[in-house]
Amino acid sequence: MIKVTGLKKSFDNLEVLKGIDQHIEKGEKVVVIGPSGSGKSTFLRCLNLLEIPTDGEILIEDECITDPKTNVNKIREKMGMVFQQFNLFPHLKIIDNITLAPIKVKKKSKEEAEKRALELLKKVGLEDKAQAYPAQLSGGQQQRIAIARALAMEPDIMLFDEPTSALDPEMVGEVLAVMKDLADAGMTMVVVTHEMGFAREVASRILFMDDGYIQEEGTPEELFTNPKNERTKLFLSKVL
Amino acid sequence: MSSWLMELGNGLVSTFILENRWKWFASGLGYTLLISFFSVLLGLVIGVLMALGRLSKSKILRGISGIYIDIIRGTPTMVQLLIIYFIIFANVNIEKWIVGIIAFGINSGAYIAEIVRGGILSVNIGQTEAGRSLGLTQRQTMTHIIMPQAMKNILPALGNEFVVLIKETAVIGMIANIDLVGAARKVQSLTYDYLIPLLSIAVIYYVVIKIISLLLSKLEKTMRKADKR
Repeated sequence: MIKVTGLKKSFDNLEVLKGIDQHIEKGEKVVVIGPSGSGKSTFLRCLNLLEIPTDGEILIEDECITDPKTNVNKIREKMGMVFQQFNLFPHLKIIDNITLAPIKVKKKSKEEAEKRALELLKKVGLEDKAQAYPAQLSGGQQQRIAIARALAMEPDIMLFDEPTSALDPEMVGEVLAVMKDLADAGMTMVVVTHEMGFAREVASRILFMDDGYIQEEGTPEELFTNPKNERTKLFLSKVL
Repeated sequence: MSSWLMELGNGLVSTFILENRWKWFASGLGYTLLISFFSVLLGLVIGVLMALGRLSKSKILRGISGIYIDIIRGTPTMVQLLIIYFIIFANVNIEKWIVGIIAFGINSGAYIAEIVRGGILSVNIGQTEAGRSLGLTQRQTMTHIIMPQAMKNILPALGNEFVVLIKETAVIGMIANIDLVGAARKVQSLTYDYLIPLLSIAVIYYVVIKIISLLLSKLEKTMRKADKR
């Protein structure tokens, strides 16, 4: 479903990704862990071209998205993204946050889009907030709305960029619960996170990144109980 | 003392009461506000276009708007007005207040462009990323997500630009005596008295601008409260 070959990304003279090869199958839940500055967010953001790779190739469902001729917007429709800072649209009501893209991009009717939005709000447990504005909601609620907004485009893949890092500790659980539901429903997910509990429980595969490379990968079992790479050991000894 | 009061009274009578001259001031104030208001609107349209040009990926658009802003900000308003009236509209029969709106609109467009540009840049980059990640095009993201937020942010600055224009439009006197200053000059040409007409319009300008400033700061406060909702 996602095939990455030789992916490199530099910002000016700083090389953040130094060559990533990765194959993600449909239905996989891949969790990316690693220290700050290891390139994990950049890797995720390259997948929907929020960062333009310096070198390498990315295939999404056999379509080469790094080819300049590819319609980026079409690709992004298939990939939902959830950000650390939620990035809800503060000037729009929750319902309009969710229906904007389905109406403008998918050309859905307003009624149809709103019906779907209410279903999604119910799914994330916030159906009573449809008429509220983002600023009226807590961080955890905003992030659940952000997930609903991404799902409204009916993506095949969901990307999560540290979705709980900006949340107060007591709100982390509600967001992870929504993500777990999504995983159980069979969504293909790539998640950058520091939540090791979530990684252990939900991931089908864990990638450990450091210094611009994927240093080690494996099932949660393999990686958490028996890490082989010295850097992985060092990192896990700090976070577990 | 009483002779001084008498003089003041006579001055006020000859400035405002005689021949219903207060009507000249009323109509002058009307033109001043009319020209200022529509100049801001025209300036806003030009300003948004120029700001988008400045932020565009196209070198040509960036160049055009850059040059426009540079030239307009680098030359006096009065010179721009004279060029537009005496050169560009030299052979066109057009109401002078419309020439005024065009000239002041073009002038204020350059300043508003910078205000709008700042407003667009003040919207968090995450908003653009969220829009684009949902599959919205760059244009859709700009129209539905960035611009509404930018406009709200710059509303106070636009109000301020309106106030600036109310004062600046006094320059219209170079081509027509239709505004407040024009009224004062008409009276003064009849009475040979500078003092009362000029002090009068100073007071009128001050009061009008005070009222508008108060309304604007009230609007700003209401908006800030709405943000805390």
